[in-house]
Amino acid sequence: MNLKAKDISERRETAHTNGVARLMAPLRLDSGQMLHDVDIAYCTYGQLNARRSNAVLICHALTMDQYVASPNPTTGRPGWWPTLVGPGQTLDPQRFFIISSNILGGCMGSTGPSSINPATGRPYGLSFPVITIADMVRAQAMLVSQLGVDTLFTVVGGSMGGMQALEWAATYPERMFSCVMLATAARHSAQNIAFHEVGRQAIMADPDWRGGEYASQSVRPEKGLSVARMAAHITYLSETALQRKFGRELQRDGLSWGFDADFQVESYLRHQGSTFVDRFDANSYLYITRAMDYFDLAQRFDGKLSLAFQKSAGVRFCVLSFSSDWLYPTPESRNIVRALNAAGAPASFVEIDSDKGHDAFLLDEPVMRDVLAGFLEAAAEKRGV
Amino acid sequence: MAHLLPPSQREDFREILRLVRPGARVLDVGCGTGELLQMLRDEKGVDGRGIEISAEGVSACLARGLPVMQGDADRDLAEFPPRSFDYAVLSQTLQAVRAPKQVLSNLLQLAERAIVSFPNFGHWRVRLMLLARGRMPDTKALPVQWYETSNIHLCTLKDFTVLCDELDLRIEAAAALSAGQPARSIDCHSPIENWRAESALFLLSRKAAPGPGATSAQKSDLFD
Repeated sequence: MNLKAKDISERRETAHTNGVARLMAPLRLDSGQMLHDVDIAYCTYGQLNARRSNAVLICHALTMDQYVASPNPTTGRPGWWPTLVGPGQTLDPQRFFIISSNILGGCMGSTGPSSINPATGRPYGLSFPVITIADMVRAQAMLVSQLGVDTLFTVVGGSMGGMQALEWAATYPERMFSCVMLATAARHSAQNIAFHEVGRQAIMADPDWRGGEYASQSVRPEKGLSVARMAAHITYLSETALQRKFGRELQRDGLSWGFDADFQVESYLRHQGSTFVDRFDANSYLYITRAMDYFDLAQRFDGKLSLAFQKSAGVRFCVLSFSSDWLYPTPESRNIVRALNAAGAPASFVEIDSDKGHDAFLLDEPVMRDVLAGFLEAAAEKRGV
Repeated sequence: MAHLLPPSQREDFREILRLVRPGARVLDVGCGTGELLQMLRDEKGVDGRGIEISAEGVSACLARGLPVMQGDADRDLAEFPPRSFDYAVLSQTLQAVRAPKQVLSNLLQLAERAIVSFPNFGHWRVRLMLLARGRMPDTKALPVQWYETSNIHLCTLKDFTVLCDELDLRIEAAAALSAGQPARSIDCHSPIENWRAESALFLLSRKAAPGPGATSAQKSDLFD
C-alpha cells in the first residue's frame, strides 16, 4: 500500500481520514490507452472491522467529491450527504467503514485533466485521455483493494454515482454484498447528452478556455463553466420546485428594463454558476460529462442489459427513483430493475413521491430514509455487521 | 384493505403456506407489508419476491429483508420474465384489479402455478342482503361501503371457475375460507359451496404448456 495520508483527524470519536492513494498499477482505459501514476483522493470514515465485512463505498455524482460526511476544504461546506452518511444516520461511521473517493478525471485530488502529466511535466489539458464510467470504477476497485478491502458490504450511488454502482454490479459482483442506486439510468438518453453538450459548448466558447490550455496561461474559462453549471442546474430541479422557490419574484422593486438579473431565479442561477467555478475545473467538467454521455451499460452485452447482471444474482439490489426527476425519470430505473429481475437478482424498487426533482436524492425525503434504512439494516443483519 | 388485517386473520396465509413447496420461487403480488413472504421464507425456505403498490408497504418489506418492487398487478407483472417463479400468489386482490382476466393469465405466464384467493360474492349472506334489503352487502369478507371499496370486480365461486375454463386453467385444489376458521377443502363446482364459502382460495396451473406464441415472444423480448 502506498498511501500519502495528508491529514488524519478525529471527529466526534469517529476516525476520519483524508488521503491520496497512488494506484499500484497503471490503469488500462476503455479507450485503449494506459494511464500511469494515477492518484485517487479519498476520505474514509469509521474503522474496518476484524472480519473486513463492514466496508461501504459511496460513489459521487458529477460535481460532488469525496467529502461525503466531512467539510470540503475548498468551500468549507459540510459533507454533501448528511441524510444518509454520518453519526446517527443509516450509514454510521461507528458501525461501517465508509470509503468515498474522488472519481478519476475529477478535480479534488484525483488524477484528471488538471493534473501534471508525468511525461511532460505540464498539466494534461486536452491530452488527458477520454475516460469512461468503467474506467472510474476500475480505479475505485484498485483503491478499495489498497485500503485492504476485498468485499464491500454495499456500494451506494446517486445520479452518476448510480452509474458507477451499476458498473460495479456488472464488473465486480463478487466483491459486493449489496448495491443501492438512486435517481440514475443504465444509459444516457438523447436529452441527457443534449444538455451536456450545451454545457461543453459554453465552456469551449469561452475565449479563456484557450483550447483547454488555460492552466498554463494563467486564465480560467469562468464564464463558460458558469453557464454550463446554470444550464445543468435547471435539470436538477423540477418545474414545481423552481416555481415554488422563485415564481416570478423580482430581485428589486420594479423591472430594470435591461438585462440585469431582474428575477430571483436569474440571480439564483448566476450565484450557482459563480460559486461553482470556485470549486470546479472546466476541463474536468468536459471529461466527466463525456464519460456520462458514453455510458450505456448494455452496449458491451449486445444491447441486452440483463446480461450485464448475469453474475450478480447473489447481490441484493435497491433501486430508487423520484417521481419529479425528469433527468433520470422512473422508467430508466424500471429498466434497470427489469434487467435485474431477468438476471434473477433480488431487486427492490421504489419510486419516491417527491416534487423536488433530480436533486431529491440528496435532500431529506422521509420515505427515502425509511426505505434505505430498512434495506441496509436487513442487509447488515444478514451480513452480520 | 385485507393487508391491514393482522396475520392471525389471514386464514389464506396458512393455506398458502401449506400449499407451497419448500424452497420454491414465489412471487407475491400485492404483498402489503410482507407478512406472507416472511412466513414463506422463514417456514418454507422460499425464495420470495413481491410487488406492492404503496411505498410504505415496500419500505416495510425491505426492513424484513424481502426483495419487493413497487408496482401494481395490472401494469407491472411484465417486469418479470416468463416462467420466473414456481408460484404466483394473489391474495384477496383479484377483485381489486382493473383487468382480472388479463392478470390471471399473466400470473400463469410468470409462474407454473398461481394461488388466488378472493371474497365469494355468491355467499348466502351476500345473496340474502341483496334479496332482503336490496342493498349492497356489508359482510365480514366485504366490510367496506360500495362507494369506498377498492373491490371493483367482485365475482362468485362459479364465475371464477367459468373464467378458469375460459383461460384453459386447471384447478388443482380449492378451499373455502372463513374468518377465524381453518381452511376447508371444497369441490369448487358444487353449487352448495357457492352458497357456503365466504371466501375462496384456488391453486391453478395451465392445462397446456404455452407454445411459442406471439405473446410470450413479445414478453421475452422485454428482457433481451
